[in-house]
Amino acid sequence: MRTLSDTARRMLSAPYLVWSILFIVAPMIFVAYYAFTDKSGAFSLANIQALPDYANVFGRSVWYSVIATLICFIIAYPLALCLAGMRENTQRTLIMLIMLPMWMSFLIRTYAWLCLLQDNGIINGWLEKIHLSSLHMINTPGAVILGMVYNYLPYMIVPLYNVLSKVDKSLLEASHDLGANGAQSLLRVTLPLSLPGIASGITMVFVPSISTFYISQKMSTGNISMIGDVIEQQFQSYYNYNMGAAISLVLMIAILVSMMVMRRFTDNNGEVVV
Amino acid sequence: MKEIKKQKTRKLQPAGAEHRLLREKARRHTRASRVSPCVYTALVLLFLYAPMLVMVVFSFNGGRSNTQMDWRLSLQWYREFFNSSRLIGAVRNTLVLALLASAIATVIGTAAAVALDTWKKNLSRGAILAATDIPMMAPDIVTGISMMLLFIFAGGLLGRRAILGFPTMLIAHVTFCLPYVILSVLPRLRQIDRHLAEAAQDLGCTPGKAFLKVIFPNAFSAILTGALMAFTLSLDDFVISYFTKGASFQTLPLEIYTMTKKPVQPTIFALSTLIFVGIFVLLLLTNWAQARSDKKLQGAKK
Repeated sequence: MRTLSDTARRMLSAPYLVWSILFIVAPMIFVAYYAFTDKSGAFSLANIQALPDYANVFGRSVWYSVIATLICFIIAYPLALCLAGMRENTQRTLIMLIMLPMWMSFLIRTYAWLCLLQDNGIINGWLEKIHLSSLHMINTPGAVILGMVYNYLPYMIVPLYNVLSKVDKSLLEASHDLGANGAQSLLRVTLPLSLPGIASGITMVFVPSISTFYISQKMSTGNISMIGDVIEQQFQSYYNYNMGAAISLVLMIAILVSMMVMRRFTDNNGEVVV
Repeated sequence: MKEIKKQKTRKLQPAGAEHRLLREKARRHTRASRVSPCVYTALVLLFLYAPMLVMVVFSFNGGRSNTQMDWRLSLQWYREFFNSSRLIGAVRNTLVLALLASAIATVIGTAAAVALDTWKKNLSRGAILAATDIPMMAPDIVTGISMMLLFIFAGGLLGRRAILGFPTMLIAHVTFCLPYVILSVLPRLRQIDRHLAEAAQDLGCTPGKAFLKVIFPNAFSAILTGALMAFTLSLDDFVISYFTKGASFQTLPLEIYTMTKKPVQPTIFALSTLIFVGIFVLLLLTNWAQARSDKKLQGAKK
């Protein structure tokens, strides 16, 4: 729009410009600043050198969130395919039903699972009634992963559904006419076409999973700590901001790298690059 | 074309008993392929709703436990919630914060989107858009601690130790809401015909008036979407609030966090059932409104 003068443009963008420099860019610089200084504010590499102590926790976080992301994908992909094949009104209602739990606080959703899985919880209560021995479920890696899968599953379903519902049906007919069976069509037509959705689904599940602290805290009653727990403790219990900043810096870099990898897969409008 | 199809089908048609068998098989196949998606969808929905169900059932439970059913219907947890001035205060705080944060973010974000829309593609525009991406890409915990560090540093400069409180939380909420407003409004502005505003000015409007009369009404629904998104994000946020909160100002998610630290608290279930029902009704209404407007559109087309 040539109608907007330079002054007007400057005045309109000024508040956001100031805001984003002060509260988006500056905080990120402070993370790096705190990571490389000690309590007195002097330059120090002590925090970075202490990072290997957390390699265990870091490895566990990556591993658990990879598994959680994988499980989400395995559950969500067939579901998104099912949804895409339904009538349009049904699709809309079901997507609404799938998104509805996302509107609830994840604190409450996780807490409800805690009540189900506890040693003297609801599921064990039922098992007792039908005279079966009780199961130990809480405080296991499985419980933490279940918490992540449950909380972030809709984040996988929605992007997958979005791409799959837009796949041109005539392409599938064409592949069928050319002699492909169902599995071949799925692998060579549907799957490549849905890559952008897969990539965004993976990012949307992986990033919150790897950085969670509440879910692991509740589902393991504080015994299995993830990278998020360690950061939270440094900031809210030990008040060691410098160490916390150093760990956050590593987390941030790991996430950026994984995002860049994800982007590579969906370059050129979703065609496979590998 | 039709002929080719006919030939194909003729060739493929087997005769007699074999034919019948195949037809039966095909029918069974289609029935299975129609039923199994429904079963699978139902199973996933069951998984998603099982904890919600537990929550609703136990919110009406007479006993003190949140794991053992007492089988006496009771509203005691709802009563306890409405009698708790702490929780009611937290609800009020959450609403005030969300309203203020989304209003500020909508004004600043819309202005920025209008400016960015007319900006030539250059380095500074790219830098602004990249900065806008940061809060969306960074995990909440990193956004939270980075703001906490900034506030603590600023507090050190100002000589105030207890700097965290309502203002810092408001700043944090506006910050994580802004990208959603911008990324909701900017694409819509792209779609608006630029000549419209020019025409308005040719007909004697000032640039400001041209914006208000032409651009604003066209972009209104996108601005509203951005504002609503910001509002709900702010309502729901726990992680960023957790790192920027002060002792004096508690929101509902923070209050829930404190409550879930203690072992037995069915009040939480009463509270979440209320939230759940509220959201459900709201979504049903929007869905219904959308379906109605779709019908109207279809009617108009006919």
